[in-house]
Amino acid sequence: MTPLIAALATLGRVALAFFASVGRVALFAASTISHAFRPPFYARELANALFHVGWLSLPVVGLTAVFTGGALALQIYAGGARFNAEAVVPQIVAIGMVRELGPVLVGLMIAARVTSSIAAEIATMKVTEQIDALVTLSTHPMKYLVVPRVLAALLVVPLLVGVGDIIGIMGGYAVATGTLGFNAAAYLKNTADFLQLADILSSLAKGAAFGFIAALMGCYFGMQSGRGAQGVGRATKGSVEAAAVLILAANFLLTGVFFSL
Amino acid sequence: MIEMKNVHKTFGTNAVLRGIDLSVAKGSSLVIIGGSGTGKSVTIKCILGLIEPDSGQILVDGKDASIGDRDAFLARFGMLFQGAALFDSLPVWQNVAFRLLRGSLKRPRAEAREIAIEKLRRVGLTPDVADRLPAELSGGMQKRVGLARAIAADPEIIFFDEPTAGLDPIMAGVINDLIREIVVEMGATAMTITHDMNSVRAIADNVAMLHDGVIKWNGPVTDLDTTEDPYLHQFITGSATGPIAAIR
Ligand SMILES: Nc1ncnc2c1ncn2[C@@H]1O[C@H](COP(=O)(O)OP(=O)(O)OP(=O)(O)O)[C@@H](O)[C@H]1O
Ligand SMILES: [Mg+2]
Repeated sequence: MTPLIAALATLGRVALAFFASVGRVALFAASTISHAFRPPFYARELANALFHVGWLSLPVVGLTAVFTGGALALQIYAGGARFNAEAVVPQIVAIGMVRELGPVLVGLMIAARVTSSIAAEIATMKVTEQIDALVTLSTHPMKYLVVPRVLAALLVVPLLVGVGDIIGIMGGYAVATGTLGFNAAAYLKNTADFLQLADILSSLAKGAAFGFIAALMGCYFGMQSGRGAQGVGRATKGSVEAAAVLILAANFLLTGVFFSL
Repeated sequence: MIEMKNVHKTFGTNAVLRGIDLSVAKGSSLVIIGGSGTGKSVTIKCILGLIEPDSGQILVDGKDASIGDRDAFLARFGMLFQGAALFDSLPVWQNVAFRLLRGSLKRPRAEAREIAIEKLRRVGLTPDVADRLPAELSGGMQKRVGLARAIAADPEIIFFDEPTAGLDPIMAGVINDLIREIVVEMGATAMTITHDMNSVRAIADNVAMLHDGVIKWNGPVTDLDTTEDPYLHQFITGSATGPIAAIR
């Protein structure tokens, strides 16, 4: 075999493997959605997942947003000063947080916090035969484990993004009024006048998409986990990588879609 | 009545089951013995549909186990896993009562809890373990909780994968009596995997020995000591020399 053919063969194998995993993920997503609409429904599991994905993520989301908003205000002030446009800080912080940084950073924090824990939990359950035990107890793992987690993330991550947006803007506000000499009332008025409903809706829609991706990847990699501690480690690592990359790719696509509207 | 006909299962290049033929009459107790790694657990998982056999037929009461309503099928079974497989996020009593808290056998929480505590008592555990998490229990206690979960909904057919492994002799005796009682008093069909020859004699109506992917010997427990079969003889006496290789 010539080197060229060998290279092409490798490329082909990689491409096939790639499309095969895309297909498996798509089937998994379809199965999750179809199970979500068919009883039995596990309300207690859903409540539990809402608590873990939503409530317990608030601190990390708040901290991420407040520092980002603060840093953004400083950067825009410094950058704006180069062409005498320091006054745009409230507007740019608002639009930057709401349209882009809020959803993306919350999405990535959810990938770090929620995707990893879902993947590790489900993979451990798989490795210790707890998934098999569920089946023998007439409980479908997709319905009992996957649907509640994905549904919870779909519902609650937009709320987290909304909270992150607000806290990020407040971070910018604190820095701008505290150290950059902005007038407090004018800052808030500028922010409120500038933001449009479409900005906020696009932010929340991104949140829903990222939440879905984050939880789905955690469940998918957990369910696909290999055996032993190494299998759990691989599943966890793979789930976070996939969730982060997919969130950033989805962000690009969604931004394009919202722009063209 | 459970029947396996010419069941094969291969993992990669490892041909584990190479034509299993086995039948367990309703209300009887079969014990499967055989060396470590011969496929005893795989055999049971095939019947439950947790592992899909490559070929062969599995019939439960004359009906093919792989077709029809899975939930209704599995509702008749109880299974104790070799590693207990307790849900580590749930307290002990919710593990035991898992089936009673959801699905077709659902009942009020207080009642489910009472049943769970009663089943825990039957496997020799006190009510104070009910609210602990599985990770806080010893290996033998976890095994017994798994046993309590397997029998919680009074199933017709019960599989026990090494129910007495890791238990002290007294507790092993308690568990043996319990399994015998479930078969005799409740008329359940039981399939037990064990390496413990005392257990075999205490639990079994019939014994099947798995070796090299097939059932090498199958007969009533009373024939165990009179058999001429060299494989079975080596297994029972625990001799390192004989037809069964010590390294596998
Ligand atoms: N899911 C699986 N994937 C690949 N190989 C498997 C799987 N499950 C079991 N095996 C293999 O099948 C063989 C039989 O395993 P099994 O667990 O049935 O043994 P066993 O007879 O129960 O042994 P023990 O008495 O030690 O529990 C082993 O070689 C094991 O490696
Ligand atoms: Mg085994």
